[in-house]
Amino acid sequence: MKMDMALDQLPRAAATGTAQPAAEDTLRHRFYYQMYLIRSVEQELLDLYAQGYIAGTVHTSLGQEACDVGVINALDVPHDIVFSNHRAHGQFITYTDDITGLIAEVMGKKSGVSHGVGGTQHLHKFNMYTNGVQGGIVPNAVGAAAAAKLKATGAIAVVFLGDGTMGQGTVYESFNIASLWSLPILFVLEDNGIAQTTPKHLVHAGNLASRADSFAINSQAIRADDVLKVYAFARAAVDAVRKNQVPFFLTLRTDRLGPHSKGDDTRPEEEIERYRQRDPLRKLGQELSDDERRAIELRVEKHVREAVEQAKNAEPAGFQEFREQWLVH
Amino acid sequence: MAGTLTYVESLRRTLHQLMHENPDVVVLGEDLLDPYGGAFKVTKGLSTHFPERVLATPICEASIIGVATGMALFGIRPIAEIMFGDFMTLAADQLVNHATKYRSMYGEEVSVPLVVRTPMGGGRGYGPTHSQSLEKLFLGIPNLTVVAPSHFHDPGDFLRRASAAEAPVLFVENKLLYPRALRLDGEMGSLRRSEVSNGSGFPSVVLKNYEAPQRADVAVITYGGISRLLEPALQWLTREEIRVVVCVVGALNPLDTDHILDCASESQRVLIIEEGTCPFGWGAEVSAQIYDEMYDTLKAPLKRVGALDTVIPAAKTLEDQVLVSEETIITAVLELIQW
Repeated sequence: MKMDMALDQLPRAAATGTAQPAAEDTLRHRFYYQMYLIRSVEQELLDLYAQGYIAGTVHTSLGQEACDVGVINALDVPHDIVFSNHRAHGQFITYTDDITGLIAEVMGKKSGVSHGVGGTQHLHKFNMYTNGVQGGIVPNAVGAAAAAKLKATGAIAVVFLGDGTMGQGTVYESFNIASLWSLPILFVLEDNGIAQTTPKHLVHAGNLASRADSFAINSQAIRADDVLKVYAFARAAVDAVRKNQVPFFLTLRTDRLGPHSKGDDTRPEEEIERYRQRDPLRKLGQELSDDERRAIELRVEKHVREAVEQAKNAEPAGFQEFREQWLVH
Repeated sequence: MAGTLTYVESLRRTLHQLMHENPDVVVLGEDLLDPYGGAFKVTKGLSTHFPERVLATPICEASIIGVATGMALFGIRPIAEIMFGDFMTLAADQLVNHATKYRSMYGEEVSVPLVVRTPMGGGRGYGPTHSQSLEKLFLGIPNLTVVAPSHFHDPGDFLRRASAAEAPVLFVENKLLYPRALRLDGEMGSLRRSEVSNGSGFPSVVLKNYEAPQRADVAVITYGGISRLLEPALQWLTREEIRVVVCVVGALNPLDTDHILDCASESQRVLIIEEGTCPFGWGAEVSAQIYDEMYDTLKAPLKRVGALDTVIPAAKTLEDQVLVSEETIITAVLELIQW
């Protein structure tokens, strides 16, 4: 396990899991900071891609920030374990606060969190791991929860799924084992209604949110349009998982404002405009005064600008080093 | 000396020892619990002694390996059993895209001390989907060590080494070897056995039916369950005064090339035997390695022998013809000599 950074060095998300609930105003500020940070980094990544600074692909969390921020803040970071998928930037930023490492990674730089080997879908820092094959991480997270229980570390595991992933058998195998073995794991389904370009109704029968019921796993489904609401439900779920050492299935209905990766959105503009109208970032912003909001935004924008500059100027991942590490044994 | 121990007893004893020595060792798989103790009884008695750490799983091979991988990332040393090697295909994504990738795709070494044990091989009339030797599908995957002890090896020692590794190991057992007594003595009739160790820690075994300064007429390179056929074949060849050196390889990947080449150099006529089908297989890779080094000294084309390139039928009269037999080996050796 790699926990090379002291807990008190991690701003915001750290330690909230065990702390008393902060006053709502403070939470609003913190969450707006985090959500605006995710939004700004993601938009910056799409711009960098368009400008040719990024090869390969980028999957953004635009529109889903309330899920990322609401759930990760409910955890004991970095003690708790997080597994996530291809669309994990938002969770990663909230969990690690390392936007420089993330941007550098996506740009293929040596200073990236995965040293340029992993790229956008393969991120690792502290106890967070992401992988890009749909469904495979789910049993991995179950195994992590089993390890936490066997070793009595007090940690729980969280795994983020998309609605598309609900087609994979490993998800249901994992529900079964997690329930059977009474494991401390929170399954979070970010249901944005679309898998790459395929709408949910074309590929899923029945109701996704009730999928875990027949495995005797408690579940809850909410609309993730209000980060404070997501946070409250996530806290309750996390507390139940930790205290009772049982799994929980939390469905967050959300909207993907951006394309699947880049420029591959086949949805009509009116549909996306409808989602923009209920954008959780905008909603939270409206709950702050203009001055408060602007102050946070300026702080974030400066931070992102600096991180992007740093990443642009960083040394590209070098083959010499890669070869020494991975080809010579 | 563990000479009287059988293959399955050696594995079973080592599992008990590993679980006793290290509370982080967890064993999981289908039908492992006593009184049944696993389809091939390798885990017999284990759940009685370590009820908390022997985990009976549902039938879900992908998630057995997936769960074990997650455990391995977080301080457990799981030993997972896949009941039949044929079912490894269900777990392929977990080995290829998860367990082995976690090891290196984050640009730093992440520990994944995972062992996947599974029995391959036919000869028991189980038919097309329970008799295959599919290890070749799992060769050449970066970060995946594949080992296959024969009964001239100490499989318990292999398991101990596999469990100590920090990266995934696919541990291929053989159904027909389970009840066999291990053959670990230096002198076995006209056969001399020695171990040669390479960097991987999974030694190869060299068998000879002659003594220096004599040299071999034929060199045989093989591994795993083929070992059961070697003694009778070698006895026949010894009677015919044909000198043979056999390298029974311990690790299929990474390949113990040095010792393979040493053996091949004892004769310039080389036979490569594998239990599964030949095309695109382990023997093809071994051939390429030998050819790279010995292309100008070989006295005969490299010869490969394996199962016929078809399904493995259930009926014994058919299965016996499809799988490699003592006769196939002897015929191949004679052909090489006459070349």
